[in-house]
Amino acid sequence: MTALVIKSCGPMTSLQDRGRYGYQRFGVSPSGAMDRRGLAMANALVGNAPWTVAIEFVHLGGALTASGGDVLIALAGADCSLAIDGKAVAPRTAALLKEGQTAEVGHARRGTFAYLAAAGGFAVPASLGSRSLHLRSRMGGLDGRPLQANDRLDCAATGGPAPLMRLPDDPAPDDGPIRVMLGPQDDYFTPEAIRTFLESEFTVSSQADRMGFQLSGPVLEHAKGFNIVSDGIVEGHVQVPGSGQPIVLMRDRQTAGGYPKIATVIGADLDRLAQVRPGSPVRFRAVDREEAVAAARAFRSWVEALPRALVPVRLSPTTEDLLAANLIGGAVHALDPNVPE
Amino acid sequence: MKAFCSGTPVQAPRILPCGDSALSVEFGDTIDPEVNGRVLALDEALRRKPLPGILETVPTYRSLLVHFDPVAADFAELSQHLLSEAEGLAPQATSGRRWKVPVVYGGPNGIDLEEVAERHGMSPARLIELHSGAVYRIYMLGFMPGFAYLGGLDPRLATPRRVHPRARIPSGSIIIGGAQAAVASIECPSGWHLLGRTPVRSYDPGREPVFLFSAGDEIVFEPVGPSRWDALERAAEAGEPVAEQVTP
Repeated sequence: MTALVIKSCGPMTSLQDRGRYGYQRFGVSPSGAMDRRGLAMANALVGNAPWTVAIEFVHLGGALTASGGDVLIALAGADCSLAIDGKAVAPRTAALLKEGQTAEVGHARRGTFAYLAAAGGFAVPASLGSRSLHLRSRMGGLDGRPLQANDRLDCAATGGPAPLMRLPDDPAPDDGPIRVMLGPQDDYFTPEAIRTFLESEFTVSSQADRMGFQLSGPVLEHAKGFNIVSDGIVEGHVQVPGSGQPIVLMRDRQTAGGYPKIATVIGADLDRLAQVRPGSPVRFRAVDREEAVAAARAFRSWVEALPRALVPVRLSPTTEDLLAANLIGGAVHALDPNVPE
Repeated sequence: MKAFCSGTPVQAPRILPCGDSALSVEFGDTIDPEVNGRVLALDEALRRKPLPGILETVPTYRSLLVHFDPVAADFAELSQHLLSEAEGLAPQATSGRRWKVPVVYGGPNGIDLEEVAERHGMSPARLIELHSGAVYRIYMLGFMPGFAYLGGLDPRLATPRRVHPRARIPSGSIIIGGAQAAVASIECPSGWHLLGRTPVRSYDPGREPVFLFSAGDEIVFEPVGPSRWDALERAAEAGEPVAEQVTP
């Protein structure tokens, strides 16, 4: 069977798809790709449905080889180099990893989470409807753990002669404030705290992982204490514990929690926040429901339009390619003994 | 509602927005069986008669979190619908399911038992008697898959959380923190006190059902000796629920 074999990777490399929904009532975190835009682009490039399981690299890159056949691959999300046997692949471009060849993913130069998709996805069992790893509950991924050297990921489809495609456009790099909707517990904060939250610059601290991003900045003052009876948590909730330093809850969040939530990052901007690196600044802007829903709708249309945005790769051949190719099909050597008389 | 003599005035539910694709129907801000009963009643009503656009619901102590598709559902319409639905509902007492959960108290399985008993000026045996003598209500599942938050702890056992949380407690830990009690499902960090351990897996991905307990169920603890633990642990390992369903 055709497979990708991991030669090396960072410690938090994992398999992720859209996530595990429908079980939050039992305490199951949805998980899923930190940057869904990146996941959808990588998948579109190899002809997959947008939420097919892919490898999520976290800051550090890695290397993998194709075994048992050729594999069509693509990389998107954080800005990382991709090279096959030392030859660079252009950004947002699918490439055929031939049997025995090695693909190398470089460190992220911008952003944190990069997605490597393979045509057809990976044949690993789903748990509760998803292949996303949730490390704390040892669910999904490969045997409930991150990927490591020598792991073998069976590919659900072979590389075949599919035309290589690329995406000409990168979603415009948007450095504007992350959009939030106030609530559900904005009444637990002083008006001053809300103003501070919306008008100040925060820094994503080194305490940032798939579960949550701890921010550092001015202290947000609670109006009536910070102990609430635990209630539900959604992705993007900005909770403020006693320290007054906000934490944005991300894909691996717990399903319930006991701190007041001042605001919620809108669904369409969570991918962008996920790619803000520790040590980098972040600002927030409050929007109304209308704008948030319009953004959700725009994101959905963008994902649906991805397959139509693909263009074929025009290969510019090297001298070696030209010499190796049979450029004048049909011509034969007159003295070839196999030529019929 | 004579069954609920909590003294908490019933407040009208309110809708709290949670970003563009979720909202919380809040019935109160306390740990109270009537408030939780209203949460579970709305949850049950929505499961019986789903509203279009709702993706999943998550009952908690005091509110029902409703995830919806922001493109398919209109927030104002959905809110109106949920409020009118909530209005006419009688609080759900319990789900009608009661589980007998075997527990080995103290020793290596409950390393904080003696200290907690001493703190309350009672013998470990008395503590076990009080802890296993109560009927607990599962208010919600959360934090970790299958982790059950319980109400019903004898007030004489209420114990502030540990100053230094532990990075890891074993699966099946029977724990208390403040006025709350819980059954931990899988290994997890915790600042609560460990009284004992059960072989029951409230979450077992290899078993059907994967999750044993639901919010609204009741739990009674049955003290068992360490020798019984091995047999129960083997049975649980083989996929048996081990927890017995008993009539309330």
